[in-house]
Amino acid sequence: MIDWQAFTPISAFTGGMIIGLAVTLLLLVAGRIAGISGIVGGLIELRKGDLAWRVAFITGLLLAPWLWRWLGELPPVHVETSDAVLVLAGLAVGIGTRYGSGCTSGHGVCGLSRLSPRSLVATILFMAMGMSVVYLIRHNID
Amino acid sequence: MFILITALLSGLIFGLGLILSGMTDPAKVLAFLDVTGYWDPSLALVMLGAISIGFFAFRAAKQRGQTLLSAPLRLPVSHVIDHRLILGSLLFGAGWGLAGLCPGPGLVLAASGHSAGIVFVTAMLLGMAVFDGLERYRRADSKPDDRHQEKIGRQ
Repeated sequence: MIDWQAFTPISAFTGGMIIGLAVTLLLLVAGRIAGISGIVGGLIELRKGDLAWRVAFITGLLLAPWLWRWLGELPPVHVETSDAVLVLAGLAVGIGTRYGSGCTSGHGVCGLSRLSPRSLVATILFMAMGMSVVYLIRHNID
Repeated sequence: MFILITALLSGLIFGLGLILSGMTDPAKVLAFLDVTGYWDPSLALVMLGAISIGFFAFRAAKQRGQTLLSAPLRLPVSHVIDHRLILGSLLFGAGWGLAGLCPGPGLVLAASGHSAGIVFVTAMLLGMAVFDGLERYRRADSKPDDRHQEKIGRQ
């Protein structure tokens, strides 16, 4: 059942288009894929001669909430997950995105944009798995 | 220098798009993943919006064959759907479903000072570092074999 009160189609689609603009900029000028896990992973690997643009991109990303807060108020955030589960989730996301070579941005946005079969498989799998985990937590554990 | 300023701007715009889209709120992401409950389809529209622009960007880049600065494109070359892609994506999906956070929104949430974001990102970076360490170990381990093959090849 669609939760019409929570559904925010206009800000979601507009926000998505702005993300698409960021992807376009990085691709056409730097020739790079705007996949967050790949960009951060390359930083952790300390790939020689390939660090500066990664640092610049991540710096920009981290500045975004500060710029937003300077202009107005950040939208409210709701977290009910315990720290222990957040750690578990972070570890799974860190290892999983590196092992699978991408996350929601690298596979889900960039990969699907360039019609990559690998990214289509990855996106279907991480979405199905995410939905399964939420189902198990919310509807199957009493 | 121009590339660095572009990368910084791209990251900034990416982050602003994430905040506007609502995806920095884990509850909203979890509501998208909760298809059998009160479903919030917003995340699908975020992806659709991004792809509606990205599709033309990648088509233009491929037609041009190089960047606007006439430098080579650095696009992924692998076409293999292997166990790494499958297991990695499943593991990522499990973590995503546990917290409603993926790398981009996680970093933005951490930068805004939210403790959940900081805890998640610290663990995520640790996970990436563990993966990197294991990969180095695996590569170092497979080196003798490579040398052996090289020797055979030369003879």
